[in-house]
Amino acid sequence: MKKIRCALIGSGNIGTDLIYKIQRSPFLEPVWMVGIDPESEGLARARDMGLKTTAAGVDGLLPHVLEDNIQIAFDATSAYVHAENSRKLNELGVMMIDLTPAAIGPLCVPPVNLKAHAEKVEMNVNMISCAGQATIPIVFAVSRIQAVGYGEIVASLASKSIGPGTRANLDEFTYTTSNAIEVVGGARKGKALAIINPAEPPMMMRNTISCLTDDEPEQAKITESVLEMIKEVQKYVPGYRLVNGPLFDGKRVTVFMEVAGLGDYLPKYAGNLDIMTAAATRTAEMFAQEIIAGTIQLKSPEVAS
Amino acid sequence: MSADQSLKGRKIIIHDMSLRDGMHAKREQMSIEQMITIATALDEAGVPLIQVTHGAGMGGNSLQHGFAPHSNEEYITAVASRMKQAVVSVLLIPGLGTMKELKSAYDCGARSVHVATHCTEADTSPQHIAFARKLGMDTTGFLMMAHLNTPEGLAQQGKLMESYGAQTVYITDSAGYMLPADVKARVAALRAVLKPETEIGFHGHHNMGMGIANSIAAIEEGASRIDASVAGLGAGAGNTPLEVFAAVCERMGIVTGCDLFKLMDMAEDIIVPLMDHMVRVDRSSLTLGFAGVYSTFLLHAKRAAERFGVPSRDILVELGRKKMIGGQEDMIVDTAMTMAKERGLLKDAAA
Repeated sequence: MKKIRCALIGSGNIGTDLIYKIQRSPFLEPVWMVGIDPESEGLARARDMGLKTTAAGVDGLLPHVLEDNIQIAFDATSAYVHAENSRKLNELGVMMIDLTPAAIGPLCVPPVNLKAHAEKVEMNVNMISCAGQATIPIVFAVSRIQAVGYGEIVASLASKSIGPGTRANLDEFTYTTSNAIEVVGGARKGKALAIINPAEPPMMMRNTISCLTDDEPEQAKITESVLEMIKEVQKYVPGYRLVNGPLFDGKRVTVFMEVAGLGDYLPKYAGNLDIMTAAATRTAEMFAQEIIAGTIQLKSPEVAS
Repeated sequence: MSADQSLKGRKIIIHDMSLRDGMHAKREQMSIEQMITIATALDEAGVPLIQVTHGAGMGGNSLQHGFAPHSNEEYITAVASRMKQAVVSVLLIPGLGTMKELKSAYDCGARSVHVATHCTEADTSPQHIAFARKLGMDTTGFLMMAHLNTPEGLAQQGKLMESYGAQTVYITDSAGYMLPADVKARVAALRAVLKPETEIGFHGHHNMGMGIANSIAAIEEGASRIDASVAGLGAGAGNTPLEVFAAVCERMGIVTGCDLFKLMDMAEDIIVPLMDHMVRVDRSSLTLGFAGVYSTFLLHAKRAAERFGVPSRDILVELGRKKMIGGQEDMIVDTAMTMAKERGLLKDAAA
């Protein structure tokens, strides 16, 4: 069966974990890995796993895009370089899945709005943040039942799972996730809190989602909606698990979740990184299925001037 | 040479926590009028620095940490505009508060900030510390739950904060767990690696009754800034009680610049009457200190205990065992629910 050929930009933890997930996909094939450090462990591993590599950044990939028929690229670099990467690859007709906080394209949480993005043939979709992927499905599961005035999420993350980029830019994480709770989750106001816990052995990613409903919560309907949503997420993140709740306190609905990763490249406790790579892969698959079926066509590359 | 002789004439800067850590003891429900009354009395008594925010600092208003009746901006503006000599400070915990909120606090009159991280996660604070310096604020790196890192490990974290621009590095005994020897080892380790001009501070909690002894131990090793609050108004068994600490300093010849009798009067006449519960070492707060649990968890655990029928001491000990840190207040209800299920007191919604 035909597979859509992909490039991965950024050879860190996320990029490397993506190789495993994409290799397992019936619709996707990892072809290129792009880094900036020829000595990097990530590039060496990608070569061992049979990918073509370049250490010349995205410019090292551009000359090969058409001949290698790359149609989807994942960007796991940083918000600062993403816009340029996206512009260059979009020009060549490559669809971008953005795993940085840049968020220049529409925000995507697969079980909430992926289908809509695929139908519109968006050329750049953003995966928000790990906490966004882990919590927004639940906010949406409440807001699709009744109006949510305020949604608040608390993500507890193992210290070992948080890389230097996120650490140095925690405010971006806060802003991006808070905004997505509103735009995708459907809460009128959103707030995101992140806690980095250094416990040994490392703790699993935990997320607490609280929603304030305008009217008294319809407990049975909300519980059913939340449980249904959890099943949807479990289709691509099997370790997405309800620990406690939904707990009802007046108009407050609270759900306590845990996310265990698949343990591909990243350890199981790093459910936060895993849910990002899994959601990004799920997103790419949806586009790939539509491309293969011929229901959507990516914009063909403009003739180079 | 005995300790009191060696400390004679030593100058230290007292930083009052009644209007920030004290917010925890008031379930974040302090009025603007109460803030003004307390801050004015502190200003009169010569306290040089007064921290004013929600108990969890910038961005603290939340379901996780409780909603105060007013915004941080309203509290800061009300207090800062009335100070004759005292400088108003704020607390900023990256991951909860942001630089936007810090700028807003600065615009309302705050001129000093504790940028706080867990004691092993200093590298989540570079942008906030640098931004505070850029604003020209008196900038402190505040290493919370400091008992959970070794003296050497803590010194490395302090060095990082200094490299981002922190002018003072605090050892923060959020759990009130440390004993004087623990404090001394940490101050000495920091003193050994920090630049001579970088100050060291100590923020104590009185859960084991060691707030004053620990603060004096810190000064003996070279700390020059001490956090305290009048009548101890703060989380857990409270902070180092300011008026008692000031009395001890006076006897030892340590110079605080504060008026002891005015502080004693305000403790008795203003602070104690507005306490919702007596802030003191009791069964629950002693459990915090003994088990090394974040002091702010106390009232949350008591509420969860009432709701789910699991004793608060059991919940606190379990939180300590699971190594929960400051900011994970959501895990208190979660832990109480899990324990209640195990004890047959609660049914699983998903079952």
